[in-house]
Amino acid sequence: MARIDLVDLSHSYVADPRRREDYALSKLNMTWQDGGAYALLGPSGCGKTTLLNIISGLLKPTTGRVLFNGQDVTLLNPQQRNIAQVFQFPVIYDTMTVADNLAFPLRNRGWGAAETRKRVEEIAEILELTGDLKHRASGLSADAKQKISMGRGLVRPDVAAVLFDEPLTTIDQHLKWTLRRKLKQIHAQLKLSLIYVTHDQVEAMTFADQVVVMYGGEVVQMGSPQDLFEQPAHTFVGFFVGSPGMNLMPCTIEGGSAVVADTRIPLDPAAAQVAGRAGGKLTLGIRPEFVELAAPGTPDTVLGAVERVEDLGNYKIVSARLGQQLIMAKIGEDETIASDTVHLRFPPRWTRLYADDRALTGTGG
Amino acid sequence: MQKIQDNRAWLLVLPVFLSVAFSAIIPLMTVVNYSVQDILGPDNRVFVGTEWFAEVLTDEDLHDALIRQIMFSAIILAIEIPLGIAIARALPAGGWRASASLVVLALPLLIPWNVVGTIWQIFGRGDIGLAGYVVNALGIDYNYTADPISAWFTVVIMDVWHWTPLVALLAYAGLRAIPDAYYQAAQIDGASAWAVFRYIQLPKLRGVLLIALLLRFMDSFMIYTEPFVLTGGGPGNSTTFLSQYLATLAVGQFDLGPAAAFSIIYFLIVLLFCFVFYTALQNVGRQRGIS
Repeated sequence: MARIDLVDLSHSYVADPRRREDYALSKLNMTWQDGGAYALLGPSGCGKTTLLNIISGLLKPTTGRVLFNGQDVTLLNPQQRNIAQVFQFPVIYDTMTVADNLAFPLRNRGWGAAETRKRVEEIAEILELTGDLKHRASGLSADAKQKISMGRGLVRPDVAAVLFDEPLTTIDQHLKWTLRRKLKQIHAQLKLSLIYVTHDQVEAMTFADQVVVMYGGEVVQMGSPQDLFEQPAHTFVGFFVGSPGMNLMPCTIEGGSAVVADTRIPLDPAAAQVAGRAGGKLTLGIRPEFVELAAPGTPDTVLGAVERVEDLGNYKIVSARLGQQLIMAKIGEDETIASDTVHLRFPPRWTRLYADDRALTGTGG
Repeated sequence: MQKIQDNRAWLLVLPVFLSVAFSAIIPLMTVVNYSVQDILGPDNRVFVGTEWFAEVLTDEDLHDALIRQIMFSAIILAIEIPLGIAIARALPAGGWRASASLVVLALPLLIPWNVVGTIWQIFGRGDIGLAGYVVNALGIDYNYTADPISAWFTVVIMDVWHWTPLVALLAYAGLRAIPDAYYQAAQIDGASAWAVFRYIQLPKLRGVLLIALLLRFMDSFMIYTEPFVLTGGGPGNSTTFLSQYLATLAVGQFDLGPAAAFSIIYFLIVLLFCFVFYTALQNVGRQRGIS
């Protein structure tokens, strides 16, 4: 187990990278604490797998260093780094039994027969593979195969970290929940550092203590699920996390208010001051959960034209138009929208301001 | 919609039946016909029952040819399959180097069989052939026209040169089909190069190797042209294999009856061996379920 530091890391798959777009990962500095459960969240092609392969040593970064407990391991291979990785698609050794599959990483490292057996049984127990131990691995279902893959990742107790690269993609929806809970339990039980790559926000949020959001080869935010929800540091985090994502509106600042589509939206005075000084493209963001519907005549509201109301069972989504801008609000199941227009209130406490997509400090919470 | 049930489907398979009949069944029946009759003239034939079969089965020369044939196939399979895998593993995985090596590798496969025989006939000569001259110059007594061991060496090496590329190409295709994740996982699991070969590559190559084995077995078991051109079956009978013996019987001596009987036996032997190989290799894949 180890603390992992990434120093000035960048990576390009192009031989001679020049432009920003040549890089799959751009200048990255971050620390993964020992024993943490991390999720690496981002859309396809954002550099998640690249980052994971650099940590495991399958890939050498173009620039920068990887430190395990302060020691430079950038040039070491995965075996020397003593790291485990589970891949997106199940990798099993066809000709071996399940038990031999699980024992393989241990045998390769010269473990004795008795201790190998004990450890394999332990892991099989956790993953509920005990009944299949004597069976040949190739005949099993895709779910069971992926469990074997995960088991091989978890079987070594002394690894620096276990990296998961979207391991549940091929797994049946129902089993996903079980396995995810299992992983959390394993994390608590075995005290391993886990880094879990996914593009599914629910998966990331349920699994991890800390979620790292990546976008376009950069880490845009690292924080708890609550931080990501309440304090998105980047418009992408606002948009990507949450369902539906944050309302993002281009705006200008006039006095103490933001102006969106010729409508003034009152802001927190301190936030307005910071935003007034900031350059770049300004964006106002608020989560649909925090947009309030107010009674007519309430001060500080804006008038929106109702486009549609969707009933999603336990809540409703109201889409209202403010000039060119579409705004969504999440309201209770029992609330009804009677007229064609609604009075929307954006509580300054939950209103965030972004300059060139990055959160302005001191603009909320 | 109501299903119409009639025999029209037979019409659809009829073309296949016809072409198989003309290409395989009718010629085969002709051979069967010859094998049980003594043809004395166009209108003069005698039914002889199993006489030709009995004659062929007790033929000492044929026994020797069969033993030589089995030895030859066993030797070239033992060399070509491992060598082909080794070459496939050593080839570059991609880029222009891969294309270039594949083209060079495939060259022997493009040469007509009798030309292959001629090439080695000249190549192995002690007076004007490079290989023969060099080997003799090294102090090794080598002459494929006079010495059976030299002749065997030459025939085996010629076949290895001619056909190992086929095994290598098949194995190469099989290797390229293995996803990278397997190699990455092996690296993470700390597997040695041998373990990668034994537990990833070999199991994944099983299918293509089965094909390679069957093709090479059938071809080598029916080998005719190259040894015929190179040694003509000699010296003595030392490199006379089954096909050549059959040709001598049928074309040389015009013993059509025994030749036909022998053809059928020959066909059954090839079929039997292929069946055994196929079943055995399929079972290697399945039976290891509980080990």
